[in-house]
Amino acid sequence: MSLDLRNTCNGKQLILLLIFVLLSPLNWAKEAMPVAEDPVLERRMIALSEDLRCLVCQNESLAGSRADFANDLRREIREQMQANKSDKEIVDFLVARYGDFVLYRPPVKPATYLLWAGPFVFLLTGAGILFFYLKRRRKQIEEPPLTEEQHRHAEALLKEDKGNNA
Amino acid sequence: MIPELGNFALILALLLAITQGTLPIIGAARGIPSWIALARPVVQGQFVFLAIAFGCLAYSFVNNDFSVMNVARNSNSELPIQYRIAASWGSHEGSLLLWVFMLSAWSVAVSVFSRHLPDEMVARVLGVMGLVSVGFILFLLVTSNPFDRLLPAAFEGSDLNPLLQDPGMVIHPPMLYMGYVGFSVAFAFAIAALLSGEMDAAWARWSRPWTTVAWVFLTIGIMLGSWWAYYELGWGGWWFWDPVENASFLPWLVGTALVHSLAVTEKRGSFKSWTVLLAICAFSLSLLGTFLVRSGVLTSVHAFATDPARGVFILAFLVIVIGSSLLLFAWRAPKVGLGGKFDLVSRESMLLANNLLLMVAAGSVLLGTLYPLIMDSLDLGKISVGPPYFEAVFVPLMTPAIFLMGLGPLARWKQASLPELMLRLRWAFGVSVVTALLMPFIMGEWKPLVSFGLLLAFWVIATIFVSIRQRLNNSGQGGLFTKLARQSRSYYSMHLAHFGIAVFIIGVTLVNGYETEKDVRMEIGSTVEMGGYTFRFNGASPVSGPNYQAMRGDIEVLRNGEKIRVMQPEKRTYNASGMAMTEPAIDTGFLRDLYVALGEPLEDGAWVVRVYHKPFVDWIWFGCLLMAFGGILAVTDRRYRLKVHTKHVETATVADDKRVASNPRLSTGGKKA
Repeated sequence: MSLDLRNTCNGKQLILLLIFVLLSPLNWAKEAMPVAEDPVLERRMIALSEDLRCLVCQNESLAGSRADFANDLRREIREQMQANKSDKEIVDFLVARYGDFVLYRPPVKPATYLLWAGPFVFLLTGAGILFFYLKRRRKQIEEPPLTEEQHRHAEALLKEDKGNNA
Repeated sequence: MIPELGNFALILALLLAITQGTLPIIGAARGIPSWIALARPVVQGQFVFLAIAFGCLAYSFVNNDFSVMNVARNSNSELPIQYRIAASWGSHEGSLLLWVFMLSAWSVAVSVFSRHLPDEMVARVLGVMGLVSVGFILFLLVTSNPFDRLLPAAFEGSDLNPLLQDPGMVIHPPMLYMGYVGFSVAFAFAIAALLSGEMDAAWARWSRPWTTVAWVFLTIGIMLGSWWAYYELGWGGWWFWDPVENASFLPWLVGTALVHSLAVTEKRGSFKSWTVLLAICAFSLSLLGTFLVRSGVLTSVHAFATDPARGVFILAFLVIVIGSSLLLFAWRAPKVGLGGKFDLVSRESMLLANNLLLMVAAGSVLLGTLYPLIMDSLDLGKISVGPPYFEAVFVPLMTPAIFLMGLGPLARWKQASLPELMLRLRWAFGVSVVTALLMPFIMGEWKPLVSFGLLLAFWVIATIFVSIRQRLNNSGQGGLFTKLARQSRSYYSMHLAHFGIAVFIIGVTLVNGYETEKDVRMEIGSTVEMGGYTFRFNGASPVSGPNYQAMRGDIEVLRNGEKIRVMQPEKRTYNASGMAMTEPAIDTGFLRDLYVALGEPLEDGAWVVRVYHKPFVDWIWFGCLLMAFGGILAVTDRRYRLKVHTKHVETATVADDKRVASNPRLSTGGKKA
């Protein structure tokens, strides 16, 4: 490229051009245009489609997938958003067309009660069992008193063994 | 010929595994020394034959023997050599062979590093591992033989899935499997203890390093998988709550609980039956994970049902392993003994609460992973359970767990005082709150979730400082460095692993909070700005790889007008499958990653380009590495290297002490096998 320049420009122009190019490389560079026409709408679309499943992919969200299906569906969502539909209306439309499978956040309905309640049930049952177990355990350890001989033996061991468990 | 040799070696390995799973266990129960002595040589023999079998499979892959069905389906003559080797574990059959090969490797390790253990114990442990091995080799031979022939031979193989043609495939599955299979050692120790009825502090001490090593492998395996997904999938996510990921995460959660529970069992003699139950759970989930991923049940319940032989075998095997070990547990556990006494507020109870939270988290992840499969197979409709569900469940469960993580190491064994703890930790709490509130401003914008995440991380870090300071104050005379050197490696290992959690949380929080992304049309010479960097697109040119054609973009990254590097993302099309793959370019940094991926080509050499600025994202994996280093440090602790003699004497007295301190009636039962 510089060879071409030398043929067509005089030296002064070339130096000026070089300085210009070297000092401000951004001036001749064009700022790239976003793919989306409306960035606000695009953000809303991405936020919504992150919780939706790309039906033809292994396990990808609509926001993440680059499959044709996902591209089409994103366009569909974009168009519906432009038509002033609410997020709920759009999701309802997608569920009507593709079923609950499209939702990454499963709906709360009789078939999924167990799914949504499960973690609470686990936690409450676990905590309950733990609490009663600890109470019973303390009692068990306390209640049967040691025989005289065992007591002496234990004390002897404790004396000789102090610090061994720390 | 070579595949037949492999097949034959596999059959011999099965015979040895049957021997290993029966005679030593019977010998230990009946007191037949020659049968007990059989355990070690049989294990080593089985390892040799499995190594031969695996070598034969790898040989067939390396030499493109397309008369082997497995090779024809998962390889291609254009495939580079390292991926041909990795393809040996790319398929269902091959990965199971790798699994059982690693099981034999772990068994050999146990047989070699167990000289200080009683022979009966070793015989039982190796016997249990032999039984697991029997199940796997039978499964291979009966339903999933990797050496099945394809006659007439295929002319060309149909290639390894391009997603898997990556260095990650060479190292991630072996690491993960080392972790999965490693829990079989903990499991075998637990079953051996139940069989013998002897379960004391010594048992926990033997079992603990093995469990930790398995946990380290699993941690690294999961970390590699996450990192691989990050740089391979082309849009920079690092965790998707995919069933396949969950399958590896479940044993990790339970394994983490197990590591902590073992600590209590070793030091205080408590939680014995709980520890055993956790060991059984961890390994059962490893098995479940292996089968979930490998059986195809995740892709489609119905595809799985059309090949009932595998499904029935898998279910039967799981039922036998889990069922029989739980039955044994129910029979033996009540006789195990309770161990030392402790108060409702004590380090023991905090560890127990932490265990509970980890188990509930594991249970919830399992529920979310299996629920769609169960609904589908019962014809209740198809649903998806994705990140929104798991995040909603996981974060609230982990928050108290992380709070306890700061509290636990400072609480006393047996009996701790809450007011005293609060007094000691008020500074740590204050400092972490203030830092968490202020930090987001430095990042540019205050966000409540970021502050919350940082609070957890700083809390962990601050409590580590308090704990170390307190420990040093209580360790007698000497300068700072003498005192520091006096602490055990296992003490530092705990803090290092916990610090890893903090680093991990910082990474997750900041990248979720401040990640920026631009999806732009870039003409040649056009630029895009992000996070103080300028990206200039210099066009894309065709390049050809060993088995793919690609367009390689050339993008200069400038900071303050100065070029700092060139990034070359690729868009590949693989020759054999015609599959398109996005290979992003990543500039890794301590404080941020720059991540560039090519989208679709436009007219006049322009491309759609996606540019991401991901602050602190590498801290996620760095945190995992710190956890793994913590585990390694713990295993090298002095007490595991003590001489045999002193160990026996010491553990014997500890055990006696426990037996008297706990209920004598309950702990003397079950001495005999």
